[in-house]
Amino acid sequence: MKKDFFKISTKKFKSRLIVGTGKYKNFIECSKAVKASGADIVTVAIRRVNISDKKKPVLMDYLDPKKITYLPNTAGCFSSNEALRTLRLAREIGGWKLVKLEVLGDKNSLLPDMIETLKSTEVLSKEGFEVMVYCNDDPLMAKRLENVGAVAIMPLAAPIGSGLGIQNYTNIKIIRKQTKLPLIIDAGIGEASDAAIALELGCDGVLINTAIAQAKQPIEMAIAMKHAVIAGRKSFLSGRIKKSLKGYASTTKKGII
Amino acid sequence: MKKIKKIKINLNGKALFLNKGTSLSKVIKKNKLESNKIAIELNREIINKKKIDKIFLKNRDKIEIVHFIGGG
Repeated sequence: MKKDFFKISTKKFKSRLIVGTGKYKNFIECSKAVKASGADIVTVAIRRVNISDKKKPVLMDYLDPKKITYLPNTAGCFSSNEALRTLRLAREIGGWKLVKLEVLGDKNSLLPDMIETLKSTEVLSKEGFEVMVYCNDDPLMAKRLENVGAVAIMPLAAPIGSGLGIQNYTNIKIIRKQTKLPLIIDAGIGEASDAAIALELGCDGVLINTAIAQAKQPIEMAIAMKHAVIAGRKSFLSGRIKKSLKGYASTTKKGII
Repeated sequence: MKKIKKIKINLNGKALFLNKGTSLSKVIKKNKLESNKIAIELNREIINKKKIDKIFLKNRDKIEIVHFIGGG
């Protein structure tokens, strides 16, 4: 079999699992879980530095951006302007062009505001960003994002942190059929089987944070997710058997006594 | 003796009193921040970190200094 890379824009990655770095007990647990997950990409957020406590540990001391790809996101942004400001600052920290855009529309469900998201994708793409876009599982909107320059389509499985798993298989399949861009399930994964299903549906990858960070044993869950993603991808590439209502014996009748 | 004039600026939402003519780089150094780990905004404009030696702060300047934190 040909070597199977996860390609985003011009970059190739080995792992199809992207992990978030939020909600961990501490940075040590976070870095251990990231390592155990085998992820090549981690999402990171942008916030004010702590001026009053200069000795407080910082993420970069635990996860080296030279060894793992940082994917800055716009977590917590509720408008296009906030998202643009955040990612322009992220780029300034050290030349980050590959970014994850998410513009939220509702504080309760955390569902994305797709009008603001579309607007931001267009602006950022024109400014030279490579924009991976968190979006609804809406094929028409996914097409529009592609048309304005998104480098990856990242539909939710379910609301962020909900752990509900993929809610709309059909829409994900339609998006898969219509786009050649990397398709990554972002948000809503609860357990390893959800991740495997995403890959079996033909998605190129999954992004997981809460399901790992808030598991009773985050490092063990990171390992489970790593294997689930590999299993799902291999299962997808191997070509599953046809579904049937009839039973077919696995053992030949020849030689029966 | 000539009295040094003070200015009031805002750093990450907090008021800060500095001597007039303090450079942005001095504020960065004083807060023990490493420039390769941060981005700086002065009055909503992103600042080229190479030029912070030559940027001198004025009264009512608003500085935002950000970095990466854990996030999903």
